[in-house]
Amino acid sequence: MKKLSVRRRHPLAAFVVLIFALAATGGLYAALAPAGEAKADASETSIAIEEGQKLYAVGCASCHGAGGQGSSDGPTLVGVGAAAVDFQVSTGRMPMQQPGPQAPTKPNIYSEEEIAQLAAYIASLGPGPGVPEASAYDPSEGNAAHGGELFRTNCSQCHNFTGQGGALTHGKYAPNLHDVDPKHIYQAMLTGPQAMPSFPDAVLPPEQKRDIIAWLTAVNTSESPSPGGFGLGGFGPVAEGLFAWTFGIGLLVAVAVWVAAHTAKARKS
Amino acid sequence: MSSQIESHDDVNDGKTPVRTGDADGLPETREHDPFADPGLPAHKPRIQDLDERAAKRSERVVTLLFTVSMLATVGFILSYALIPIDAITYIWPFGNVSPLNFSLGMTLGLALFCIGAGAVHWSRTLMSDEESAQERHPIEATPAVKAAVMEDFRKGTEESGIGFGRRKMIRNSMFGALALVPLSGIVLLRDLGPSPEGGAPLRRTMWEEGTLIINENTGQPLRPEDMVVGSLVQAMPEGLDLHDHHFHEEIAKAAVMLVRLEPEDIKDQQSADWGHEGILCYSKICTHIGCPATLYEQQTHHALCPCHQSTFDLSDGARVLFGPAGHALPQLRITVNEDGYLAAMGDFEEPPGPSFWERG
Repeated sequence: MKKLSVRRRHPLAAFVVLIFALAATGGLYAALAPAGEAKADASETSIAIEEGQKLYAVGCASCHGAGGQGSSDGPTLVGVGAAAVDFQVSTGRMPMQQPGPQAPTKPNIYSEEEIAQLAAYIASLGPGPGVPEASAYDPSEGNAAHGGELFRTNCSQCHNFTGQGGALTHGKYAPNLHDVDPKHIYQAMLTGPQAMPSFPDAVLPPEQKRDIIAWLTAVNTSESPSPGGFGLGGFGPVAEGLFAWTFGIGLLVAVAVWVAAHTAKARKS
Repeated sequence: MSSQIESHDDVNDGKTPVRTGDADGLPETREHDPFADPGLPAHKPRIQDLDERAAKRSERVVTLLFTVSMLATVGFILSYALIPIDAITYIWPFGNVSPLNFSLGMTLGLALFCIGAGAVHWSRTLMSDEESAQERHPIEATPAVKAAVMEDFRKGTEESGIGFGRRKMIRNSMFGALALVPLSGIVLLRDLGPSPEGGAPLRRTMWEEGTLIINENTGQPLRPEDMVVGSLVQAMPEGLDLHDHHFHEEIAKAAVMLVRLEPEDIKDQQSADWGHEGILCYSKICTHIGCPATLYEQQTHHALCPCHQSTFDLSDGARVLFGPAGHALPQLRITVNEDGYLAAMGDFEEPPGPSFWERG
């Protein structure tokens, strides 16, 4: 005991006490706090909405408002639908890590069940597009050639001809669509996340959305054939010409210099 | 004269390089004249010049390179004949490539490279590498040759009749013909000048009162309820078909994009009145040099042109926010007809697309 009291004026003593106090409080809370009880009479959907509301209050409410009505930091979520929630949360774009021109993708920390609960809550705020069926975005059922035509009409101005992405204003950008899950492409077209305009089914029917997904699967995934190899980003002749001029001709010059720099004489001088 | 012609084959006026060096490559005259021409260094032999076995080895290397080239050409022909054109194979590090393209490129590249490498190795190791100087001859012809040529020329002028001969009419008509030919080129410059009808074809588009707005995706006329807030539709006037003769001429002027905003977000009252419940229809031809300015950001309502980053605020009458565009994008007045479809109320009020001479 004496040892302890001798060290009570040590510069780190206050921190040590604080850590013990925090640990004790947390431990007591975990042991004594009442466990959340599901209401026995509630249907499965209303449980999902209730759970979703709790998740919403933790992860989303600070920007989108306590009731999803939006604030100066985030748009209203009334009427965005389950598809928008599924897209934003499962690609990791939401909750946003820090304010900025655009929310980038990042590893998603929510389980599928939690995302479904969040989506159920947001969908309960107002009618909006729902999460699509798997057959709606199955690339094997789409017509890639027609999808290419549609992509060039509606998408290529921002996402480039094979979905390589591109820059917009003030730090915003159209992301590269390489290896994006077909479900997320479908949901993005349907809901218009962030700066992207939406393409509702009356404007771009579901079969056409599937054609666009078939096109992207054919040209911009890790499995997509690239007959020539080295696509150089798929940007076209400018990138290819630059590569040929700098690396091709550079290599020829380097070989010529190497040949000329090595003498064939028996006695090096 | 003739002796001069013969003698300048081996002119040596002391300026051409002469082999003067001794075995060490140092010129003899160095001590006397610091600026003396050192001449060519003494020839040094290569291993192949000294060792017959090394020369044999070089010979074998060159032959091997040429043989590899031959085999590569045979490989090229075999690849062409045997590999299916639509096959796709994973080849590290290139990815999922066409094995036909890959092997054609590799074999042809190898065949050409081995020919080049063989030739370089041959010339560097086996061909004679003694440097030899060739004398430079005066460029000027001898006076006798010059006189003969001038005499021929004078005789030719006389015989053809230009200037001194009797047939002055031929000469004068030829001058006339040559003088008139450039006029054709000058007449063509008219095309750079004012447009024939005062630019009228550039001011008119296919849009008229009652023209339906066709969604380019479905080919069907648009209804206002098709568009939700934040959506973007690429559209064209009714009655235009991709296979029409004038399709490109007309779409280049008439192409439009429709966006739907919350009505309270529209800052320009006239723009709001020209739309329908927040649906606005703008020409998508950039007023700078005519690229399609359809990079639409639905949160800021900005439309960006991909060519020179001209930015238009579609919530404020497509005002130019940034970039080289000189005018706002023209807005098409739209309404809903009795069948519930969106329709134009007339042509654009001002010509769409880039400025032209008479536009002002």
